[in-house]
Amino acid sequence: MSTRSTARPQAPAVPRRSKRTEILENRPVNLDGFVEEWPEVGMVAMDSPYDPRPGVRVRDGVIVEMDGRERKDFDFLDQFIADHAIDAEAAGRAMALSAVEIAHLLVDPKVSRRDVLAVSCGLTPAKLLEVVKTMNVVEMMMALQKMRARRTPANQGHSTSARDNPVQVAADAAEAGLRGFRELETTLGVVRYAPLVAIALQVGAQAGKPGVLTQCALEEATELELGMRGITGYAETISVYGTEAVFCDGDDTPWSKAFLASAYASRGIKMRFTSGTGSEVQMGNAEGRSMLYLEIRCILVAKGAGVQGLQNGSISCIGVPGAVPSGIRAVLAENLVASTVDLECASGNDQSFSHSDMRRTARLMPQLLPGTDFICSGYSAVPNYDNMFAGSNLDPEDFDDWNAIQRDLQVDGALRHVPEAEILAARSRAARALQGVFAHLGLAPITDREIEAVIYSHGSKELPPRDVLEDLKSAQSVMDRGVTGLDIVKGLEAGGFPDMAEALLGVLRQRVSGDLLHTSAILTPELTTLSAVNDANDYAGPGSGYRPSGARWEEMKRLRHVVSARNPEQEVG
Amino acid sequence: MADTVAARDGAASRTLSLVEKGPALPGRRSDEVVIGVSPAFGAFFSRTIVDIPHADVLRELLAGVEEQGVQARVIRLRSSADLAVIAHTAAKLSGSGIGIGILSRGTTMIHQKDLLRLSNLELFPQAPLMDLETFRRIGRNAARYAKGESPEPVPSRNDYMARPRWQAKAALLHIKETGFVQPDAGPVELDVLIRLADAG
Repeated sequence: MSTRSTARPQAPAVPRRSKRTEILENRPVNLDGFVEEWPEVGMVAMDSPYDPRPGVRVRDGVIVEMDGRERKDFDFLDQFIADHAIDAEAAGRAMALSAVEIAHLLVDPKVSRRDVLAVSCGLTPAKLLEVVKTMNVVEMMMALQKMRARRTPANQGHSTSARDNPVQVAADAAEAGLRGFRELETTLGVVRYAPLVAIALQVGAQAGKPGVLTQCALEEATELELGMRGITGYAETISVYGTEAVFCDGDDTPWSKAFLASAYASRGIKMRFTSGTGSEVQMGNAEGRSMLYLEIRCILVAKGAGVQGLQNGSISCIGVPGAVPSGIRAVLAENLVASTVDLECASGNDQSFSHSDMRRTARLMPQLLPGTDFICSGYSAVPNYDNMFAGSNLDPEDFDDWNAIQRDLQVDGALRHVPEAEILAARSRAARALQGVFAHLGLAPITDREIEAVIYSHGSKELPPRDVLEDLKSAQSVMDRGVTGLDIVKGLEAGGFPDMAEALLGVLRQRVSGDLLHTSAILTPELTTLSAVNDANDYAGPGSGYRPSGARWEEMKRLRHVVSARNPEQEVG
Repeated sequence: MADTVAARDGAASRTLSLVEKGPALPGRRSDEVVIGVSPAFGAFFSRTIVDIPHADVLRELLAGVEEQGVQARVIRLRSSADLAVIAHTAAKLSGSGIGIGILSRGTTMIHQKDLLRLSNLELFPQAPLMDLETFRRIGRNAARYAKGESPEPVPSRNDYMARPRWQAKAALLHIKETGFVQPDAGPVELDVLIRLADAG
């Protein structure tokens, strides 16, 4: 106590701060994390002195040296990439070009996409890195506009529920389909709920616009089983990594992932891999390489495995590249490289990224402006508190901003404004159809009170709780009884929704034709495939390529509030 | 070797002193919980990712175990900064088969010796959301598992804005911690001394 009675030395005066500093200090951007670069451990976006120098040596049609490493020293990623991703015949000629020359090919609208592919198929990971390092973000956007595989941009949404409420997932899926999303993804809080929520997503997706494809992100064996049964329509969460150590942490190799990919292909099911900058350094095993170099290795593993596409753009590690200098440029570069090696690119913008609305938007522009195959590989179509992927860069509160930005810039972000009455009708239809399907399959009942609540709700907090134990029993019985997509079709028919039954049957029929295995395939509401084969990107400079026009542009002009020109006292809806 | 770190924040700031006693051995009492700390816990690092002093973290974990009438032992894993390895090793050395693992940044796991390493009883993956009350409840639950009870899991919190704020710092902390790993060093038993910083 004696120390306390002694007078303390006077505390040093706190330096006076300006009012402006105080205001800036309280801006949301200052809640974001920013860190210094540390190249030795891989905490660097794309410009590291420790990345390898590009180079290739081919003997008898085999790559015997790549990026400064002899074949005998290859790790399993090097080997897989050298043997399966790079065209050894094209490598000599392609690698002889300088990085700047190749970057010019990418940016120059007079060089066709096909001509670029003839070069990019022979490039090593380090060379692809050198190429994008010569480009600023505007040049990368120019290149992406030409290199994305599908001519018409699209968007993917998340439909999840913090309570794994299937009724909510169905209603939000219907609304999302109506708003323009062509792929929808769900996942779970309680994994055992998966079969029930996947059925809800599949049903709800067909209630808004026919032909919306659905997936359920799960442990890989279960995800594959749901796909094979036709309870889901495609798969995406097959993760690959850029170092051997991180790959091995997941008990995987490039070959095991390729085997899994072929299992999907054998059933005509669309699938893509997932990777992204920052995952290796996040797991402490970046081998002192830059985030983008390691991501380019992932991109080439996807290419080598023969899958049609990749979800990248950092994805769940966005907080890592987002925290270092030039990190968001690197994220754009990974999307560009995926497109440049002729993969479908579902380009991120799918995870909570920043507290700042300005940064959230700035992070989105490089994909929205040039257009990608899926601008968001997960726009949260449910409030972020319901997002079981831990939150997205965008959620329903941003719908009207998105639509206004599309209209301002005449850029097609693949969404649209929908009048409330249509949305309520679609939500109602989804919930009632699911009620019918659950009844047909003898699953835990859905009450009229639940349906009434879900039609008008924003999120799970406004919904009556379900009997979780009954739901989980139902979910287990779906697995035990071997319920398939065809059973859902029958349930829709029996429940009085023959058009939805027809739509879902049409989606399932695609796996027989295999058309959804083509690069960048989506289904139109008329259930025809739109892919890089029949909707190839033909951008060749001003006046060419995809530009919103006609009925689509008229649709994009509509917002919640637009003053009528004929009668300024009214609004057109 | 002794590490003494002072926790300077708060009214009652405490110092934590962790003294290595020798190799950590399997426990023979069935009424114990073993707490395994990571290589740099209470050593190079003195606080979690959100600046909660390690002295207070350990104090709450220990108090939670002890209030259930269960003994606690603290060990340090030196060969790994992998939470599952730390928690599972602690569980395997625990006489009850129940262990708690904790990383310097605050990520925590309750494990049981007969489970697969990549499984667990309870996992608290979001270090920035860990507070003292949660640590106390984790200690309490671990003790209850050790007594053969089936407690309600400690509610895990979720904040979708934790990623933009903390993900990169978490990566840095993980890399730093990994730098203290000594691959061939076995786990050591620790004497824990937590004192008020200005108490003499």
